[in-house]
Amino acid sequence: MFSTIRSRLILIGILIAGSIYFLFPRNATLRERGANGVMRDTVVTRVPLKRGLDLQGGMHLALELDQSKQVSADPKRDLDLALTVLRKRIDEFGVEEPLVQKVGDSRIVVELAGITDPARAKAIVQRSAFLEFKITDETQALEKALPAMDRTLRSLGIKGEGAPTQPSAVQQLLGGDSAKKAAPKGSKDTARTKPADSAAADTTPVSGGILGGLIQPGSGTPGEYMVPETAFPRVDSLLNISAVSRQLPRGIVLRWSAASTSVGVQPVRYLYALDDRSIVTGANLVDAQAQIDPLTSGPIVTFELDRAGGRKFGEETGKHVGDYMAILLDGRVQGRPPVIQSRIGRNGQITLAGRTLQEAQDLALTLKAGALPIPLKIVEERQVGASLGEDSINKGITAGLVGTVLVTLIMIGYYRLSGVVAVVSLAVYLLFTLGALSMIGATLTLPGLAGIVLSIGLTVDNNVLIFERMREELLHGKSVRLAMDEGFQHAMNAIVDSNVCMVLTALFLFQFGTGPVKGFAVTLILGIVASMITSIFVTRTFFMIWLQRRPAMSTLSI
Amino acid sequence: MLRFFTNAKYDFIGLRSYAYGLTALILIPGLIFLLIKGLNYSIEFTGGTLLQVQSSKPVDVAVLRQGLDREGIHGAEIQKFGAENEYVIRARVAKPGSDANDTQATALAVGHALDNVLGAGSYAVVRTEAVGPKVGAELRQRAFLAIFLSFFAVLAYLAYRFEWRFGLAAIGATAHDILATIAFIGVMQVEVSLTVVAAVLSMVGYSLNDTIIIFDRVRENLHKHKYESFEQILNRSVNETLPRSILTHGTTLATLLALTIFGGEVIRPFALVMFFGVFVGTFSSIYIASPLLMAIEKRWPGPAARGHLAPKPPASPTRKPQPVGSAGGAAEPALSKAKGQRGR
Repeated sequence: MFSTIRSRLILIGILIAGSIYFLFPRNATLRERGANGVMRDTVVTRVPLKRGLDLQGGMHLALELDQSKQVSADPKRDLDLALTVLRKRIDEFGVEEPLVQKVGDSRIVVELAGITDPARAKAIVQRSAFLEFKITDETQALEKALPAMDRTLRSLGIKGEGAPTQPSAVQQLLGGDSAKKAAPKGSKDTARTKPADSAAADTTPVSGGILGGLIQPGSGTPGEYMVPETAFPRVDSLLNISAVSRQLPRGIVLRWSAASTSVGVQPVRYLYALDDRSIVTGANLVDAQAQIDPLTSGPIVTFELDRAGGRKFGEETGKHVGDYMAILLDGRVQGRPPVIQSRIGRNGQITLAGRTLQEAQDLALTLKAGALPIPLKIVEERQVGASLGEDSINKGITAGLVGTVLVTLIMIGYYRLSGVVAVVSLAVYLLFTLGALSMIGATLTLPGLAGIVLSIGLTVDNNVLIFERMREELLHGKSVRLAMDEGFQHAMNAIVDSNVCMVLTALFLFQFGTGPVKGFAVTLILGIVASMITSIFVTRTFFMIWLQRRPAMSTLSI
Repeated sequence: MLRFFTNAKYDFIGLRSYAYGLTALILIPGLIFLLIKGLNYSIEFTGGTLLQVQSSKPVDVAVLRQGLDREGIHGAEIQKFGAENEYVIRARVAKPGSDANDTQATALAVGHALDNVLGAGSYAVVRTEAVGPKVGAELRQRAFLAIFLSFFAVLAYLAYRFEWRFGLAAIGATAHDILATIAFIGVMQVEVSLTVVAAVLSMVGYSLNDTIIIFDRVRENLHKHKYESFEQILNRSVNETLPRSILTHGTTLATLLALTIFGGEVIRPFALVMFFGVFVGTFSSIYIASPLLMAIEKRWPGPAARGHLAPKPPASPTRKPQPVGSAGGAAEPALSKAKGQRGR
């Protein structure tokens, strides 16, 4: 089909033009979040060959559903849901060309190139962002249940290990009760000093039991309790014992506050008894914005509910005017529960005391993207700093250049003019390979570069096979033209067989390999194909041209 | 023209018993060493946490270790990595059953230790990897599966293009290469990472490539030289492909040398393993694949075509078992005519 030099040159021209087209620098739009928190688009011009995380720095995460606390009814559906949620969140996060992909049946891979704050990115990916609104308990359910809980613990043989000496719950009961009737604002001051004072004053050993000694009612908010921060993990684990949590009346749940608060000198953690029923959840949320509260100049997140959610919220808050409402994010109460002043409609706000605006922005974006159906756990994490990536590239380029110079010297030194032909076709090969990689949108990683180096070696080998064959034919006394034809023909078998075997191996690498190995396989496969095209077709065309210009050539510079 | 080994006529196959001895000498101690010490798997395969840290000034490794011990991370590996002030800290997951979140906790604890020892802000974490043990085991499985399945694919392809005897011999040689390379990795205590697995796999491809090129010659010579014994054919084929082998391996080793010297720490294990693999691959193509093919041929004789005419006229007047280069002008016309007819 391509017997004439002309048609061959046209095809080579098309391939070269195509490669250059795919490698030509073009505009790419980047979405980034500016310093003011607003997303903005920037346009950059660059070569469309993507660099992998190991070359430009970035983070790779593999995530699975974390079913240790919550068992998924339909893992496949939940994973798909999580995937869409993560996509939305990461788009909002503003990373250049992020990758969020399902791998296999149970894993999601997230790749974020060039990020500078990996901890923040991890938090955004992992946060469930499940928003709930619950009314705090007003029946003193926990106080009533505490003696029973402690009895249960005693019967289980769990004793307080030198438990901090605190006033017993019974003693505090009255105080908590009276405070409850007071206005929330006024009660705060008394609440702040009271526990610390009484803790200092009352040093007698507690007979009430472990939990009774550690959990004390908080300030005026009904259903609010305080636990010293140091005892928080222990109390949490004790409350998680099912025999203990069973002592609570049905319909009441216990939830911790998101952060510890200082009350007097002692950091405490608030514990809330809440109505299990959520009056509305984040599923009804349509928008969330981070803002600075003009009054407190602290960050807040304002949100808007959809119509159905707004109606429900309005009804419920209308019924509970004067009660306190806890805002829960991922099962942790955010801030102190505010009192419901009046019926609330579609709009509300979450106050984030002591947090930065960036945290508020991250919260807003995770809320807007929706909640994860099941929390995710990180099963694999790789992170490469940008400087290391740059270093790798520079070293890879140095190694590549030195290797290329060495190969060029060897080829030209050994095969002279034919060696020059081989080196030129090697350059064409490189162009083809890079063009093809760019065309399929492949990502260039360090092992990928190794694959290219390896296929350079194979391209050289193909040329060597052809040239050696031509030399043999010349030694047999054949004319230059015949030697050339037969050299190509005979070398063809060996080239095809060896290259096909290589491609087969590489295909299995691609199929069963992961991450870096896959990158290696892709460049190797493309490299081998490009190498076969150049050595069988391009090199031959060069020789045909050579022969055409010197038809009377009796010796070949080979 | 510059030529190497063009008229070579070495008795490669005749020396095979020495070659076997040499292989045994390398393989057996290597594998024993491997059994005793085991492979040094990277945390990608075992699960665990790796941090690469660049500090502003060199720090004694013992000091770092103390800091880690204080945070409850015992038995972490600390290595200088390239430059004087760069370290790689590896903390493997202690129990295989432990949770993946532990690797996250470990990373945090290492960060604490570094803050204490080096002072926050005076160091930079340039790379972290945290792999759950489950993922590690999975990766290992998949890597082995890839090698194993590619064996069958290659066997099937060679059975189709040549015949199954060639395929089996090629697989045998490749298996030898893998064993030798794994022994090398074990003895040199190269860390087995995904990159090294990639190196082993490309070494396999490379060696296979080499074997096939010799076998291709064997196939051709079997048709061309019907009066030679199988051993002669093998020897002839190895000798005829010798210039190509020298040149190709030369250029490959040159590029690998460049990678080893200039490629940096990350790529060095790849280049090192490949470097060894090219040697082993070349050796096995000549000394394992070819004799193996001969042994298989003896055990299960192939179709009538192969070498059965050899004993008939030991010194045929028309064609002597001479190196191709010195065949002289007289036989040439007939030869090229025959070739022209067979042209593919």
